[in-house]
Amino acid sequence: MIQAVGLRKSFTARSGEVVEAVRGIDVEVRRGEAFGFLGPNGAGKSSTMRMVAAVSPVSGGTLRILGLDPATDGPEIRSRIGVCPQEDTLDTELNVSDNLYVYGRYFGLPRAEVRRRVGELLEFVQLTEKAKAKVDDLSGGMKRRLTIARSLINRPEVLLLDEPTTGLDPQARHVVWDRLFRLKQQGVTLVLTTHYMDEAEQLCDRLVVMDKGLIVAEGSPAELIRSYSTREVAELRFNVGEHERVAPKVEDLAERVEVLPDRLLLYTADGEEAIAQVHARGLDPVMSLVRRSTLEDVFLRLTGRTLVD
Amino acid sequence: MPVDVRRAARMTDYWLVLVQRTWKGSVVSSFVVPFLYVLAMGVLLGGFVKADPAELEGATDYLAFVAPGLVAAQAMTTVFGEVTYPVMGMIKWNRAYYGMIASPLGVPEVVFAHLAFVVFRVAVVSAVFLAVMAPFGVFSSPYGVVLAFLAQLLLGLAFAAPIYALTVSLPNESGFALIFRLGMIPMFLFSGAFFPIANLDAPLEALARVTPLWHGVDLTRMLVLGEVDVVMALVHVAYLAALVLGGWVLATRILERRLIT
Ligand SMILES: Nc1ncnc2c1ncn2[C@@H]1O[C@H](COP(=O)(O)OP(=O)(O)OP(=O)(O)O)[C@@H](O)[C@H]1O
Ligand SMILES: [Mg+2]
Repeated sequence: MIQAVGLRKSFTARSGEVVEAVRGIDVEVRRGEAFGFLGPNGAGKSSTMRMVAAVSPVSGGTLRILGLDPATDGPEIRSRIGVCPQEDTLDTELNVSDNLYVYGRYFGLPRAEVRRRVGELLEFVQLTEKAKAKVDDLSGGMKRRLTIARSLINRPEVLLLDEPTTGLDPQARHVVWDRLFRLKQQGVTLVLTTHYMDEAEQLCDRLVVMDKGLIVAEGSPAELIRSYSTREVAELRFNVGEHERVAPKVEDLAERVEVLPDRLLLYTADGEEAIAQVHARGLDPVMSLVRRSTLEDVFLRLTGRTLVD
Repeated sequence: MPVDVRRAARMTDYWLVLVQRTWKGSVVSSFVVPFLYVLAMGVLLGGFVKADPAELEGATDYLAFVAPGLVAAQAMTTVFGEVTYPVMGMIKWNRAYYGMIASPLGVPEVVFAHLAFVVFRVAVVSAVFLAVMAPFGVFSSPYGVVLAFLAQLLLGLAFAAPIYALTVSLPNESGFALIFRLGMIPMFLFSGAFFPIANLDAPLEALARVTPLWHGVDLTRMLVLGEVDVVMALVHVAYLAALVLGGWVLATRILERRLIT
């Protein structure tokens, strides 16, 4: 569906300074899968997505979407994909159903067909009651769902979602995830970016971890966790400022120890055992817990930084 | 900058829906304002102006002189309103242009459709204005009126395309006040709509002659009054057409550079 080889994107700022947003990445997305770009702010996720959406020219490398070259077949590509950009581009002068209707017309779909699809899509994203509402009066989650509905108006083969749930409250995020699951079940190829590891774990069959314009790891969420982290993590919280001092005393209890400003992370196959050993050494954390490794830990391991700061 | 006109036509419904949602707010004023202008400037003020018809560029009285000027000036002010704030809004505020170019439409189609809509707005405003003028008995012939109407569309585009280009090259809306104060209002007052530009000092008259509005006013006046100097009329049309073409090419290029990064 999507193939990128050595893909690059650079911007020339007004000052003349060149920003290398994407610095040579190889990506292959297969039909029917849910593929994710996980990375912190400024990793180059949106720059990549915009090139794939055929609205941003490629600076280097090759990119094929549905076998087509965005440099020459932009309109053809855009007619067969759906795009949910990071920032909403809804028309605030128009109401909810008009936003969908006029967008469907941009694809050259007949009026009656667009009207039918608008009804179906409003139903699908649970906005039927809001059909005549002004876009400005919608909540953040509803706007996001409207944008998703709009991106589906042309029945796309691939749906690109740039941070579909950033800024939404937990409940609104679950509604969006549920809709995306359904799309996946219907066979739509999903490509999404996120800086939430739970979102990536929930939705993605395969993902790449991006940092500073490069791909630093690739695989399924489970594979990534297996390769870059341990099964369990023991989290220990001591009094403020003590973490640095305590770390060397527990280093030998785990495969790896990470020191964060507010806690210590002990990477080990058996978290309970590690915590028991910590107590046996006379150390008394304010709080301790054992959890499974997540993509957050993978990211920390790969980059030395946390995903969301 | 090849524009796919059939693809651009897919945006017709967008602009129609927009008109449907907003026309009620302006329908009364669009009839009343022209009427008030013709009444105040043409009839009441004109009643005091006892000018020699020889100095009124072929008009028999001041009403007949000023009425075509008012039509052209109204076409201009309509355009200034349409291609400043609304265009900036679609780039920066609701970012609707970005939504459009994520579809199969490209920047050339977006610009084409937006300019087409502005021409439509000018057509409505000018048709209403000409209709309001009819009872005042200033028209020489039906052909003249139809040609004068078409001249408004050309004049409208001759403003719309270059000012659209200017708008999309500006970082934000803060320059618009200046465009209105130093561009539109002086042109409105001094480009021959209200008095013959021969009344100006020579350097100012020369300046007035290069404004698009003067070309539009003079063309409209010839057509409405039926006193057509063919060579001069062709000069006006050519000048305005050149502005349309130049502005249109620039507008598309600049917006492409801005949106496609
Ligand atoms: N139009 C642009 N002009 C100049 N620099 C840009 C432009 N777009 C992005 N950049 C720069 O490119 C880098 C990557 O940005 P990008 O938006 O792709 O990151 P991201 O992973 O999407 O981040 P976020 O999570 O904040 O959305 C950043 O340093 C950003 O400042
Ligand atoms: Mg982004």
